[in-house]
Amino acid sequence: MTTKARMGAIGVLVAASLIMAVPAVAKDSVTIAVPAFLSGPAAGPFGVPARNGAEMVIDAINAGKLPAPYDSKGFAGATVTADYIDESGGNTKQVAEYRNLVQKREVDAIIGYISSGSCAALAPVVEELKTLTVFAVCGTPRVFEDGPREYIFRTMSHATADNVAAAHYVKDMFPGVKTYTGINQNYAWGQDSWRDFELAMKVLMPGAKQSDKVQFPKIFAGQYGSEISALSLDDAELVHSSFWDGDLEGFIFQAAPRGLFTKKKVIFTVGGTAAYRLGKKMPDGLILGARGPYGILVRDRKTALNEWFIQTYFDRYGTYPSGPAYQYGQAVLATKIAYDKAAAAAGGFPSKEQVIASFKGLEFESFSTNVKMALAGGHQALTENVYGLTKWNADAAEPGVTDVKFYPAECIMPPDGVTSVDWIEKGMPGAKC
Amino acid sequence: METTRDWTIPGVTVGFAAVAVLGLLFLPDWLMNLTVIAFARALAVVGLMVLWRTGLVSFGHALYFGLGAYTVALLGKDDGISEVLITLPAATLVAATVGLFLGFIVRRYREIFFAMLSLAFSMVLYGILVKTEALGSTDGFNVRTPTFLGFAPEDAGTTLRAIFLVLCALCWTVAVLVHRYLQSTLGRLTTAIRDNEIRVEYLGYSVAQAIHGKYVMSAALAGLGGGILAIALGQVDPDSMVNWTVSGELVFVTILSGPGSVAAPFIGSMIYELIRTYAFEWLPHAWQLIVGVTLLSIIFFLPGGVWSLLARLRRREVE
Amino acid sequence: METAITILLDGLVFSSYLFLVSVGLTIIFGVMKILNVAHGSLYAWGAYTSAYLIGVWSEAGFGDAGTFLMIAVAALVVGCVLGFVLERGLIQFMYARDEVIVVLATFATFLILEDVILLVFGVDPYFAYQPMAYLGSAELGGILRDVYSLTLIGLAAVVGIVLWVGLTQTRWGKLLAAVIHDRELSVAMGIDVTKVYVLTFMLGAVLGALGGAYVAPMVSVAPGFGVEVIVLSFAVVVIGGMGSIPGAAIGALVVGIARAIAVHKLPEVELFVVYGVMAVVLVFRPEGLFAPASARKI
Repeated sequence: MTTKARMGAIGVLVAASLIMAVPAVAKDSVTIAVPAFLSGPAAGPFGVPARNGAEMVIDAINAGKLPAPYDSKGFAGATVTADYIDESGGNTKQVAEYRNLVQKREVDAIIGYISSGSCAALAPVVEELKTLTVFAVCGTPRVFEDGPREYIFRTMSHATADNVAAAHYVKDMFPGVKTYTGINQNYAWGQDSWRDFELAMKVLMPGAKQSDKVQFPKIFAGQYGSEISALSLDDAELVHSSFWDGDLEGFIFQAAPRGLFTKKKVIFTVGGTAAYRLGKKMPDGLILGARGPYGILVRDRKTALNEWFIQTYFDRYGTYPSGPAYQYGQAVLATKIAYDKAAAAAGGFPSKEQVIASFKGLEFESFSTNVKMALAGGHQALTENVYGLTKWNADAAEPGVTDVKFYPAECIMPPDGVTSVDWIEKGMPGAKC
Repeated sequence: METTRDWTIPGVTVGFAAVAVLGLLFLPDWLMNLTVIAFARALAVVGLMVLWRTGLVSFGHALYFGLGAYTVALLGKDDGISEVLITLPAATLVAATVGLFLGFIVRRYREIFFAMLSLAFSMVLYGILVKTEALGSTDGFNVRTPTFLGFAPEDAGTTLRAIFLVLCALCWTVAVLVHRYLQSTLGRLTTAIRDNEIRVEYLGYSVAQAIHGKYVMSAALAGLGGGILAIALGQVDPDSMVNWTVSGELVFVTILSGPGSVAAPFIGSMIYELIRTYAFEWLPHAWQLIVGVTLLSIIFFLPGGVWSLLARLRRREVE
Repeated sequence: METAITILLDGLVFSSYLFLVSVGLTIIFGVMKILNVAHGSLYAWGAYTSAYLIGVWSEAGFGDAGTFLMIAVAALVVGCVLGFVLERGLIQFMYARDEVIVVLATFATFLILEDVILLVFGVDPYFAYQPMAYLGSAELGGILRDVYSLTLIGLAAVVGIVLWVGLTQTRWGKLLAAVIHDRELSVAMGIDVTKVYVLTFMLGAVLGALGGAYVAPMVSVAPGFGVEVIVLSFAVVVIGGMGSIPGAAIGALVVGIARAIAVHKLPEVELFVVYGVMAVVLVFRPEGLFAPASARKI
């Protein structure tokens, strides 16, 4: 087929799809794919709550049972059918699967992805295949820094927020810290997290020194005996870690009996997921984040949406929702709002372009916080962030947090058009704390 | 020599021409994508098949597969070279060169020791890639959209079709050349080496050199396959390109295809890719189980691979 | 000085772990010339079963001391049952086949067992902290250590010595040597080779499961648990020499101590250590430090 003939064929197809989109009849169903880790070490702590959160919100949307103002049925009236697929097996496999989702299964939208690796690898492919894709959890700032994105949205703050907020919390709570070190996984997530934290500490606590023995074990390494010894012997009083999946829990198990948590202050930027799972085995006094206002850190937030979320989740799955459950639920909710808004503007079931147009710059109240799609041309969300100290609540026999501090979005995320590293290195100009 | 007429070359010529034409006319994008992935892997499998005919199985060809993929990816990094006329030969050359050096070591080994030594070498590359931050560690990095003789396709569909056509042409070339090689005296030594090395040496041939040659050839083909896969997927990472499971997959497809013909790897690879895709779609929790059971069934019930099944059918027709 | 003690202890603990997970692989290879890829699955099954049994034991309110019994039970049951089933149900049909095909069959088994674990135990990780809590911590070389991981050193030493004595000093060990050396002659001399193979495979399986069962209390036992171990144990076996028990011990020590030094002194090169040592050994002694020579086919 010549290029001209192909262009012609594409033209016909486009015209056909436009004709099909024009009549304002309601479409009866929207198909989405929800990728999350369903096997591998990240399934238990991340994949399963993520899928549960998405499933619960989708079911409520289809039944029209979300709390007001989101109690209309479906995405722009269309019932949502979701396919839950496995994110494990490496980035290249995810790229291949993504093509299958779009070209073979012809889904309308893809909502999910946990690993930064998946998102960084997929970003160019999404743009190439032109399908609405909402990244739910993955944290790397590179997604929007590497190039302009039209079809990708991310409905939570990226990793910079976690680590800048962590530095703020250290400054507020432990101003006496003289030296600090870190243990992070050896890939984009761990490297970026450490870099942002280290740069933010230089700005916020210029007097504190960085250790020269920062640890970067391989992801899923499992055994941290030597690393724990090295951290114990290090003079640093503070340890930063962005461990997440099974590594986080294994590390806590191995470090607790060795007194690491009594001798040092340890920050876990993604520690929130471990709190409910480890229960009483979670040591007290850890500095805990949940990549934003989610999970255990907003357990006491009394808004109608949050109370609905916690209660419904508990009734259905028998445990309290952790961060990933909130974050996937939030991504689904954002997509619904974008569809509904686009439908209202178009006066009928919206086209993909109309949904994208209304998604840009969206501001809405989510389950546990307010979300502003304010960065990267309206594609990247801004939310506040929060840290606290773990404390076992003996009365209720459940884990809890104390000394909770919230940091507004404008304090911890770079302004639009500035990369994270540039912003922090210049001393975080324009931050409103 | 010619007792029965050899239909292989006309067969693959018609076959690939038909795939190319019918593919362009009828294949939906996803199936064309799947074909591209399957054929890219099949190129590596052709090399493994040549080794297997000599009685050697490498459990480490992900080394060359990954070298090819990373060569293409690295050339394109930071707005570098994306021309397939440069990147693909480079991928082949890098893999062949490394194969040439390692060949001096592995050619001394046979059977399980050969398999394990190859595996060990591939793990060294895996270890280096996983730890190298500049190459994206475990994440890997994106590969640039390719250009073809300066022609830069505007959209994804055209790129895919261009890759597809290039790949069909490459596969045809490789199939014909490897078939010719297998028919030559040097090629025919393959089976002789498997049966009796000493006898081959008494005939005045160097077994070590023959094996070395085949090893380099298989390395080059694996590099080429990996390079194409990197272009087609637009992403490389150590787990999907260099890990030992990738080598296992390549050997699996080799066994599934059977050593009967140079055409076998292309059919076997297609079947493998279809099994994998549908298993993943229908049973996301148990697709490995399905792949494992298929592999065991082939080992037990179809030792000659899919090709032997086809050959059996044809023989029945003739009778 | 303190650092030196710490590095030595860290290195010994990690070496012991490496030795435990790789010795089963090397025994099966040495006797049967099978590279058992399913070794990683045996390790994972051992870990899951041990974590599960420890959980059941503690729920029932028995003392924490008994959890060690559960570890032993898990290793024995998993190793004997899975080892027997694999050998009798699969491997025995393959002795006439190419050795490499056997590797592929164990690769298929590995794929199957990985998913069966998911189906049986689910995706939620298991925690079995009781044995570790029971033994508590002790101060050594200026820092706190959990006693449990130190017991790994003892366990590895006992396993190593028992195997070495068993293989060199007993009648059974001599039978084994005969079978390794010449299978056909052994059959002719009336040695029950089938029995030797079954027992060897079961022994290797029990050792693989023991590695997993003993490590389970220190980690979160999660899906994909066995994959990493295949690579590590294979590296150790390659460095030491395939099929040699002293080789596995030396390989484990070299890698373990080198890694501990790297973590403390040069954390950047930590992951290169295993592969770096392996690359050097491969280039200068491709058959490994202690390999038995291989015969060329005539």
